[in-house]
Amino acid sequence: MPKTHYAILAGTIMGTIARFYLLRVDYRQYPSYPQGYTIHLTFGAIAAALGAVTIPAILNKDYSAVTFIALAAQHFRDVRKLERESLEKIEQDELVKRGQAYIEDISKKFESRNYVAMLTGLATVLAIYITKKILFGIITGLVVLTVMRFAIKPRTIETIAEVKPAKIHFKGSLLAVDNIVLTNVGLKEARKKLLNDALAVKIIPKDDNARVTLANIGQRQAIIHDIVSILGIRQERDEPEFTPISKRDPDSGNVVIVALVREPDIECMIEVVKKAPLLEASRRQPLDTYIGRKAAD
Amino acid sequence: MEIAINKYILAIVTTDKNKVLYSGVPVFYCNDEEEKELVASNLTRITNGMVHDLGNGVYIIVRH
Repeated sequence: MPKTHYAILAGTIMGTIARFYLLRVDYRQYPSYPQGYTIHLTFGAIAAALGAVTIPAILNKDYSAVTFIALAAQHFRDVRKLERESLEKIEQDELVKRGQAYIEDISKKFESRNYVAMLTGLATVLAIYITKKILFGIITGLVVLTVMRFAIKPRTIETIAEVKPAKIHFKGSLLAVDNIVLTNVGLKEARKKLLNDALAVKIIPKDDNARVTLANIGQRQAIIHDIVSILGIRQERDEPEFTPISKRDPDSGNVVIVALVREPDIECMIEVVKKAPLLEASRRQPLDTYIGRKAAD
Repeated sequence: MEIAINKYILAIVTTDKNKVLYSGVPVFYCNDEEEKELVASNLTRITNGMVHDLGNGVYIIVRH
């Protein structure tokens, strides 16, 4: 039987590895700084340690160990709060905003990743106690990590809708895409630039669930933010007419997005929209209810 | 809670005086279309407002 502190150490290390594995810098560029890494790895290590000590403490008849978990939950909520506040502060300086829904989604992800670190630590120690072998603990930790990683993997827009290229045109001063009017652009110069350089995509929802989800403004803002993060934008802050914009056709539920991107490659823009995350906060599933299904047919 | 007006007309630019008789916001009269474009373009850069065409020769600068 391995000594208790070896088991706890193994659990803590596995949990920290889990947090490190989930801490990736991607196109969202967040967290992209050494400070961000330090903060989240430290939080992850604390979460893993809390998970790891739970089983030994309970076996030691120290039932107050349950309060550790409560403490952990409080601590993770603080992580979410910290992320939310930090992103809201950055938001003020963003040319194209993330939107509250996206911020909430990202903060939630950070909270849930700490739970993964804690559960990996807990499962590792539990397996070591059951099998009395550290190696089995590590394997269990890896399995839990992989399963959890898959479970919290966000869904993307392509799972609920089709994305197609669309054509921009003007009806007088009205900017329109496939007869959906987006906005009124007064300046002739701006109209010319939009007509020549802007790209447009059309998002066609696959069912009623998708239609309601895409109606959410936060979800659309998240897609726009992703487009701009990856493809860039040709806009300065005194050029409001070049702000990327989305509009929904109230009849069909189709959504069009127009953006004056730095890299005008429509294939890439479609790919970005397809891979944009489906925000938990905006997901609606009316078809899961009897009335929703009845109304849809 | 902070309460703010988030959509309002900042200025009106027109070549036709008859279209804007009274206005609470500044009105800029221009001699021709070219001047109207120039004034509107300058106003949008200065105020961060967006130029909208009302379709009757009147431009409004709106802060969104």
